[in-house]
Amino acid sequence: MEIKNASAGTLESGDILIQIGPSDHDGVQINLNSTVAYQFGEQIKKVISQTLSELGVTNVEVNATDKGALDCTIKARVTAAAVRATGHDVWA
Amino acid sequence: MNSIKNRAALIAEAAKKMNKEVYNDSQVKKIITPRHELQRQSSKVVSLEEAIKKSGLKDGMTISFHHHFRGGDKVINMVVDKLAQMGFKNLHLASSSLIDVHEPLIEHIRNGVITQISTSGLRGKLANEISHGLMKEPVVFRSHGSRGYAIKSGELHIDVAFLGASSSDPLGNAAGFSTSENAKSICGSLGYALPDAKYADHTIILTDDLVDYPNQHNAISEADVEFVVVVDSVGDSSKISSGAIRDTKNPRDILLAKQAAKVVMNSGYFQNGFSLQTGSGGASLAVTKYLRQGMIDKGIKASFALGGITSHMVKLHQEGLIDRLIDVQSFDKVAAESLMNDSKHKSVSANEYAAMLEPGSATHYLDVVILSALEVDVNFNVNVLVGSDGIIRGAIGGHPDTAADSALSVIVCPLLRGRIPCVVDEVTTLITPGSNVDVVVTEYGIAVNPNRPEIKERLVAAGLNIVDIKDLAAKAHSIIGNPAPLPFGDKVVGIVLNRDGSVQDVIKNIVE
Repeated sequence: MEIKNASAGTLESGDILIQIGPSDHDGVQINLNSTVAYQFGEQIKKVISQTLSELGVTNVEVNATDKGALDCTIKARVTAAAVRATGHDVWA
Repeated sequence: MNSIKNRAALIAEAAKKMNKEVYNDSQVKKIITPRHELQRQSSKVVSLEEAIKKSGLKDGMTISFHHHFRGGDKVINMVVDKLAQMGFKNLHLASSSLIDVHEPLIEHIRNGVITQISTSGLRGKLANEISHGLMKEPVVFRSHGSRGYAIKSGELHIDVAFLGASSSDPLGNAAGFSTSENAKSICGSLGYALPDAKYADHTIILTDDLVDYPNQHNAISEADVEFVVVVDSVGDSSKISSGAIRDTKNPRDILLAKQAAKVVMNSGYFQNGFSLQTGSGGASLAVTKYLRQGMIDKGIKASFALGGITSHMVKLHQEGLIDRLIDVQSFDKVAAESLMNDSKHKSVSANEYAAMLEPGSATHYLDVVILSALEVDVNFNVNVLVGSDGIIRGAIGGHPDTAADSALSVIVCPLLRGRIPCVVDEVTTLITPGSNVDVVVTEYGIAVNPNRPEIKERLVAAGLNIVDIKDLAAKAHSIIGNPAPLPFGDKVVGIVLNRDGSVQDVIKNIVE
């Protein structure tokens, strides 16, 4: 699967900005910067990798800038970014 | 004969009895300089360095400041830089509060210039560093009322106070505004600085507008001032309404404000002659706007508004809806200008504003206070100082003072801020005990303290959405999921005093 650089989300409070790009490494590499990293850092990473794995996206680098997004928001932003990066529309 | 010469022996005898000198007329010399020249000078006017030297400041002593310029303050950094340059060490910095702009203090703490801090709050990088264990000694946090009283009682002894003022005459009559054409800054009330000016061993005024004697409408009296230092700028007035103070356009804040206004109007305390205070924070400040319409509709007028006075309060005052404004801190420029121009808008010292043990504290006569919160817990305890990440990021302010003394305290806070819950099982740090908190307004419903069944009854009768606070906490929890426990260390970085002077809580360091 070819991966282009793509992003979804904003830096507004309650949102998360997901930037996806190709990676030379196997698997999903997540760099997370979150205002709630202490309490929710692991949970956010878990939702990102689960969402990508459900979409069959591997070998990507994800830069996530989180402003306290809920899980549902994170899932939606990751899905949108993945659709843009792969060109594969999961909603069709 | 009974001339003064004949009475000389008796005069000498009386003087001896009273242990006094006999008056000597030949020692008296008139000063003949035209007085308008004298009005512009005084031996009190010296450089900052001279003032510090002459004050007798020594290592280990306590210095104090006010934070009326909030984010625009220039005095604290200027003075502490100078003290560092002069080689002082081991000083105790007692400011009425500290804000983001005081970040340069980090270096002075590292270098041992400042080794102890007493304040109402801490924000920004300084707060972050202190939360991570920057200081050896824990920061002591007091409410505004209890700081004022601690200074008066001597519990918080101030050796040298450095107080910024927007005008001062050469004798030290100083104010938070200037009526001269050279006015450079304005901060309005100097309420938090007044206990310092009165009770510090030495008081130094820093001003950016030296005006001719007498500086009328002065808040600080020359009798309390030893030195006057002229500086380029004491503060940037455009940044007063920064920090915790903002005018909200956030629709959720507006919803909360409208709900809180309904709570007040149906609480039983919304009567002619009631008194009112709003705390900082978007929603609580906005409540005034919505109360205004209710007051007009029902023909109700307030006797006074207290506290941080805002432009909203000034507007209601000018419309005749609030008779008097009692101002410990002007929250914006409009309020500061009103204090300068309106005789029914008066400043009040921190002590007479909110001290528990001061019989005339204005808070004792307060009906309703509307306050914000970082966290409220299921026992109605409130935290306004430490973030849910364990890092200090706020200020006690007058929160516990006004909540305790008012007839009705209303907390407005959203259920969640992003993924941070505001209604929790237990607050991270206890600032205002739940026994003093009556109503909590969230966008998911209004909770009433079980101690106040009569309030609950009135609000239910008014058709407001009354919920159990435990249900609010459960709702927040169900939306955000399970947070990991905070990585607290074993070091105490902050001590929170109750307004009665007892130790109420401690803040532990965060380890990353």
